[in-house]
Amino acid sequence: MTAIQPAVDTVEHASGTPDLEQPYRELGLKDDEYARIKEILGRRPTDAELAMYSVMWSEHCSYKSSKVHLSYFGETTTDEMRSKMLAGIGENAGVVDVGDGWAVTFKAESHNHPSYVEPYQGAATGVGGIVRDILAMGARPLAVMDPLRFGDPEAADTRRVVHGIVAGVGGYGNCLGLPNIGGEVVFDSSYQGNPLLNALCVGAMRVEDLHLAHASGTGNRVVLFGARTGLDGIGGVSVLASETFGGDEHSGGRKKLPAVQVGDPFTEKVLIECCLELFAQRVVVGIQDLGGAGLSCATSELASAGDGGMHVYLDRVPLRATGMTPAEVLSSESQERMCAVVKPEDVDAFMAICAKWDVIATDIGEVTDGDHLVITWNGEVVVDVPPRTVAHEGPVYHRPIERPADQDALQADTPDALARPSTPEELLALVTTMASSPNLASRKWVTDQYDRYVRGGTVLAQPSDSGMIRIDETTNRGVALSTDCNGRFTKLDPYAGAQLALAEAYRNVATSGATPVAVTNCLNFGSPEDPAVMWQFEQAVKGLADGCAELGIPVTGGNVSFYNQTGSTAVLPTPVVGVLGVIDDVRRRIPTGIGAEAGETLLLLGDTRDEFGGSEWAHVVHGHLGGLPPKVDLAREKLLGEILVAGSRDGMVSAAHDLSDGGLAQALVEACLIGETGARVFLDGDADPFVQLFSESAGRVLVAVPRTEELRFTDMCTARGLPWSKVGVVDPEAGALEIQGIGTLPLAELREAWEATLPALFD
Amino acid sequence: MSLRVGVITFPGTLDDVDAARAVRYADAEAVPLWHADPDLRGVDAVVVPGGFSYGDYLRCGAIARFAPVMQSVIEAAGKGMPVLGICNGFQILCEAGLLPGALVRNSKLHFVCRDQWLKVENNTTAWSSRYERGAEILVPLKSGEGGYQADQRTLDELEGEGRVVFRYVGGNPNGSRNEIAGITSANGRVVGLMPHPEHAIEALTGPTDDGLGVFLSLIDAVGVPA
Repeated sequence: MTAIQPAVDTVEHASGTPDLEQPYRELGLKDDEYARIKEILGRRPTDAELAMYSVMWSEHCSYKSSKVHLSYFGETTTDEMRSKMLAGIGENAGVVDVGDGWAVTFKAESHNHPSYVEPYQGAATGVGGIVRDILAMGARPLAVMDPLRFGDPEAADTRRVVHGIVAGVGGYGNCLGLPNIGGEVVFDSSYQGNPLLNALCVGAMRVEDLHLAHASGTGNRVVLFGARTGLDGIGGVSVLASETFGGDEHSGGRKKLPAVQVGDPFTEKVLIECCLELFAQRVVVGIQDLGGAGLSCATSELASAGDGGMHVYLDRVPLRATGMTPAEVLSSESQERMCAVVKPEDVDAFMAICAKWDVIATDIGEVTDGDHLVITWNGEVVVDVPPRTVAHEGPVYHRPIERPADQDALQADTPDALARPSTPEELLALVTTMASSPNLASRKWVTDQYDRYVRGGTVLAQPSDSGMIRIDETTNRGVALSTDCNGRFTKLDPYAGAQLALAEAYRNVATSGATPVAVTNCLNFGSPEDPAVMWQFEQAVKGLADGCAELGIPVTGGNVSFYNQTGSTAVLPTPVVGVLGVIDDVRRRIPTGIGAEAGETLLLLGDTRDEFGGSEWAHVVHGHLGGLPPKVDLAREKLLGEILVAGSRDGMVSAAHDLSDGGLAQALVEACLIGETGARVFLDGDADPFVQLFSESAGRVLVAVPRTEELRFTDMCTARGLPWSKVGVVDPEAGALEIQGIGTLPLAELREAWEATLPALFD
Repeated sequence: MSLRVGVITFPGTLDDVDAARAVRYADAEAVPLWHADPDLRGVDAVVVPGGFSYGDYLRCGAIARFAPVMQSVIEAAGKGMPVLGICNGFQILCEAGLLPGALVRNSKLHFVCRDQWLKVENNTTAWSSRYERGAEILVPLKSGEGGYQADQRTLDELEGEGRVVFRYVGGNPNGSRNEIAGITSANGRVVGLMPHPEHAIEALTGPTDDGLGVFLSLIDAVGVPA
């Protein structure tokens, strides 16, 4: 069948047909936005221009609902916080100076909706996209992490989503040769029709090798390289074509391909190695990955970040489908593509490196001295726009904000009246019940599908508190990362909930011995058109920014995902926070499991209060969500972090585990099982054992210290004003977790409870 | 002068960095070899590392066996050069006919990454002489297609001639026949295994340093050049 060659809507044609009706509403543009485009251009946009503006002005690309709130991150970042930042919000990813001449870049992104529609490919391309963001900074990607949220584990559809997403994360990441060093797996029925697939990547480079996306230098060439461009991921833009062709969706066999992109990790692996060689040979002036909005985004962002002018010969783009229109070529989200700006004299060397890696590379245009992005198609001008208006001057909304009417009732519905276990037998049984509950059970079934060893730099991975990688084999310098968020806490109080997420990630990094230095985030919320959701969002952003200011570490980048809802019900507000820490010598890392040294004392650092609002206990035992989340004390978190880092540096701490979901009981179970060592625990006889074991008060860490270091360590805590109490001793002979006055749980029994849950649900 | 050990990189190879590091930890020199270049650069032995060569799209290792460098490896192996294939490298050696059998999808059908106990069954090969016979070692296993399969006659031959080098203990992780994790050629110079000794060369980044013995064994097999 001969492909139908579409009549192309050129700038000239657009000027001559000012009143032609265009399907801008179907593309998601509002009347006033369409009017604004006409005002910018002084005419109606061409099909190709309309495609570019509609996709670049979408919520996903323009942050139009969140922008006015996100500026608060910048306003609350002081010069001191910024001192180690080499690049921040607005770049592909934030970059931090970590010492010894190393720069580390990290960022998280969401791929939620595609991961529900087509879990495997949605997850796979989510990983692929964030890895290219890191690569575009000039860094070698070193590791990935995946914070995941799923619906009710018992629901029929959850199995499909879990299997697909986990296999997709593993399938893509494993094939890229990037260790997966952590993340989260959380189940809650609010995510039933809207799972969250957040992907984080971290990379490293020498400070002098940082590449920022820009297109300076008149005469420089624009080179597109990587995979061919096809019809995948075009989504809404197909409406343009069907309009043009009178709605015949079968013409040329080219319409309505699935909106979810398909990933090819092998191509991306080769692209990574190719890019790193291009960087090393210094033949790249500027580089940008092609992700959401494809070439529309890459060309307009490269041009507007440079001197402003660019000419792209769009018909040169290598295609994998016939009869594609310029609008489709510009909007395609085909994966595994990059766009570079190259000096004319370096083009041959650039092409030779691409040829070595069998990567298709095409000179598609040049940087011009004008201030317009001009795109031609077989000699005819189809786009002629000021690039900044596409990339950065999208609409800004001040969405209505309103505290939900039922927020007071939610907070008033405290867990205080819920029945609590009182007898030793009930308490002991609860330890096992909690350990086997879906959110606390071992994540092995998931993480054993991810390669955590490749590249030989993984010092800590799941089930440790943070993932840690060595970045320099000669100095043993490394970084640690943790991502956290308790959506129930954020639902009860979005401001405090975001701070609790920050506090937990910060604590997890410090618990492994690293000093927290920077923050990224992935803010997953419901519809921004719902004033109650916008209130949650605004509160969470403020909480996170204020928290970062108090801790003195900057937010270096982030991502916003709106419209996460099942029907009209929004997901739990889920501002996932990622904290990056630095450790001078990874050999000083603190492991999670106890028993590494003979004769360890178990100490609990921090204060325990009767705090069960939003707790895992209330969720598991009573299906209850109400009251207030635990109190936040960031000054305490900072002090705790300093103590842990000092403990690691001076070899005073042999193991440590953060207390969070499930409280002390769960921390003890995990520390014993991971360390394959038993312990004897003594509770405070004057306090409620249930509160001591299951409260989720923040700012607490369980540490194991060798008996020889106990006095030195506790003296340090006392001198610095950090409350501590002795809660037990490690007992390698016991083979059990013994809680005095409550009972004894053999480790084999605990292991069965902890490890059997996910296989039973999903195998 | 130290022993020179070639480490091949195909497009899609992932564990070449680790294999080269393991070679260095054994005080040998790691020499990068490129898939498209038949020149073995005068190496004393070759490691075919893990990964997804050419995306493993047709069948694991099926394309890699035709790479120019592999023609040289096949020829050199025929003259007794020690060759080690790890994971995808094992699959490639099977496809290339240097080792019998094939690797198929894991019995549970998904990728498995875990610390795996192996029993050393043969300590007379070029890549296992540093171990005690019967020793149990703990190294990572990470693969989606690690199930070793061969016809009964081949299995009988391998078992009868003592050519099973490593065997899974503590449960069969992927459905391999006879719990086979690694095998050797008739002359004991070519060894292929699914688990990753190169990821277990230091306790800091691996479960143990049990895997280093594989690379140290090579020094016994070849000797350190003067």
